[in-house]
Amino acid sequence: MTEANSKPEGNLKSGSALERTYVSGQFVCTGEVGPPKEASFHHVEMYGTGMKGRVDAINLTDNQTAVTRLSSWAAAVKLVLMGLEPNLQMVCRDRNRLAMQSDLLGAYAHGVRNVLCLTGDHQAFGNHPGCKGVYDVDSIQLIGIVKKLRDEGCFECGEECKNNPKFFIGCVENPFGDPFEFRAVRLEKKIEAGADFVQTQCILDMERFELFMEKVRERGLHKRIYISPGLMPVKSPKMARYMQHGVPGMLVSEEFCQYLETASNGKIGALDLTVDYIKRCQQMEGVAGVHIMAVAWEEVVPLVVQKAGLLPRPFAAFHDNPAPISDEIKALWKKSGVDNYIPELA
Amino acid sequence: MIVAEGKPVEKILEMIAPYKKVLIAGCRGCVTVCLTGGEKEVGILASQIRMARSKDGNALEVLEQTEERQCDAEYNAKFLENVGKVDAIVSLACGIGIQYLGEKYPLTPIYPGVNTLMLGANIDVGRWEERCFACGDCVLDKTGGICPIARCSKSLLNGPCGGSQFGKCEVSAPVKEDIPCGWQLIYDRLSALGQLDKMSEIIPAKNWLRAKGPRTYVREDLTLDRS
Repeated sequence: MTEANSKPEGNLKSGSALERTYVSGQFVCTGEVGPPKEASFHHVEMYGTGMKGRVDAINLTDNQTAVTRLSSWAAAVKLVLMGLEPNLQMVCRDRNRLAMQSDLLGAYAHGVRNVLCLTGDHQAFGNHPGCKGVYDVDSIQLIGIVKKLRDEGCFECGEECKNNPKFFIGCVENPFGDPFEFRAVRLEKKIEAGADFVQTQCILDMERFELFMEKVRERGLHKRIYISPGLMPVKSPKMARYMQHGVPGMLVSEEFCQYLETASNGKIGALDLTVDYIKRCQQMEGVAGVHIMAVAWEEVVPLVVQKAGLLPRPFAAFHDNPAPISDEIKALWKKSGVDNYIPELA
Repeated sequence: MIVAEGKPVEKILEMIAPYKKVLIAGCRGCVTVCLTGGEKEVGILASQIRMARSKDGNALEVLEQTEERQCDAEYNAKFLENVGKVDAIVSLACGIGIQYLGEKYPLTPIYPGVNTLMLGANIDVGRWEERCFACGDCVLDKTGGICPIARCSKSLLNGPCGGSQFGKCEVSAPVKEDIPCGWQLIYDRLSALGQLDKMSEIIPAKNWLRAKGPRTYVREDLTLDRS
């Protein structure tokens, strides 16, 4: 395990496995686990083990959709203890700069090396809609804070931070948000602020994403930041239609919905479509990897990764080979009817 | 102006349940303009209270008085005579007026007859919208004259979040009401002004100390030497 004050090797900023993979030029593949609404690491352990050796890093969402969950910080440390590489998500909704920097120090001291800076869904979406949203800083300012800690060794206030945390800094951009023309500019602002990699909002409309990438390439941004589009296996056609109409900031193409609706097996279709999207992303100039965000369906990440031919991972989880698939994960596959998707894993 | 809404009469009746004689104090400032706490509303509330209490067989006497402002000591002094006659005051001024009138007469309990909502503008008949947060450090020069602190649900300073779509703020969905995305408005205005380059500027983290009270503003050039 890495020590708190160890220096990243060579020209690396953090030395994380994720950074190494991006820097090596190999196609990056990250996964994601949503911590549970309970005081237990069971889910984090189960899904984390399933992804071990199959992804380069695992995102831990931070009270996603503004619903109180086990903290992303604690879940990230759990992954470190399991020998896995976490990507710590940090939203601006719940903490001020004082608490965020405090958590960054704690996470780094525990061996966390990647941090993903986000604004966060508004608290009105979640299970405490009347709570006070913090938004002391926005995501761009947060990126600047993490960079200042890393590169200047000082806190946002300017005070020196000894044994400063040296994170690989991630950000998010939504190619489906408006104003569309501003989205690439916003990404550029994040690069200027200090972002090293970006994971996009999930791509359920490939044409629009291609348009976004055109704007990105026009500005030469793909040469300044590693880009991983977010890809989501969507469990049911109904869910796809819901996201098409009911989730602000999302665009779901007709092609996507209809593919799921006409597939003979919707679940298998969802996995096939994700694999297809991965392959399309691999062909796209300026795309450095994919981020597989199987929200509430985390158990399928190993299937998608293997089917897409992304194994073995070069530096994943400190050179571990893919972990054996647990009976618990296999039972979940069976439950959603995808247990024979890759026969040798069944 | 300061925009306020009247509290439900039932709430006000609860507050003044123990009293036999109350003063409803109105204000001719902002609350008159937003039709919440002027002379007319004082009269309406007084009638409602009288009727409700009579109906309950617990009649009370209600005095009515409206002055120019309740955020100014000289006008609050005019309430002296009536305050001396009552057990309690219900003020229909904004939160500032309610408190300042209460400070003038500290031995008489004062109750709020309104909820003070925002610093807003009268957009249409019967509609007011927030425009300013009184954050103490105006950034309108950078944002095309449209305030991101008051008009973005997250008070973001560097452009819209990922939830902005079709001109609407993401919060429109959970609150089931169309809220314009403040940053879309800023983008459109800057675009019309030919100043879109301002969207590329990184605005640093804000000093919220100026936005959070208790705040005091002193102008040395105007203060009196009281020594």
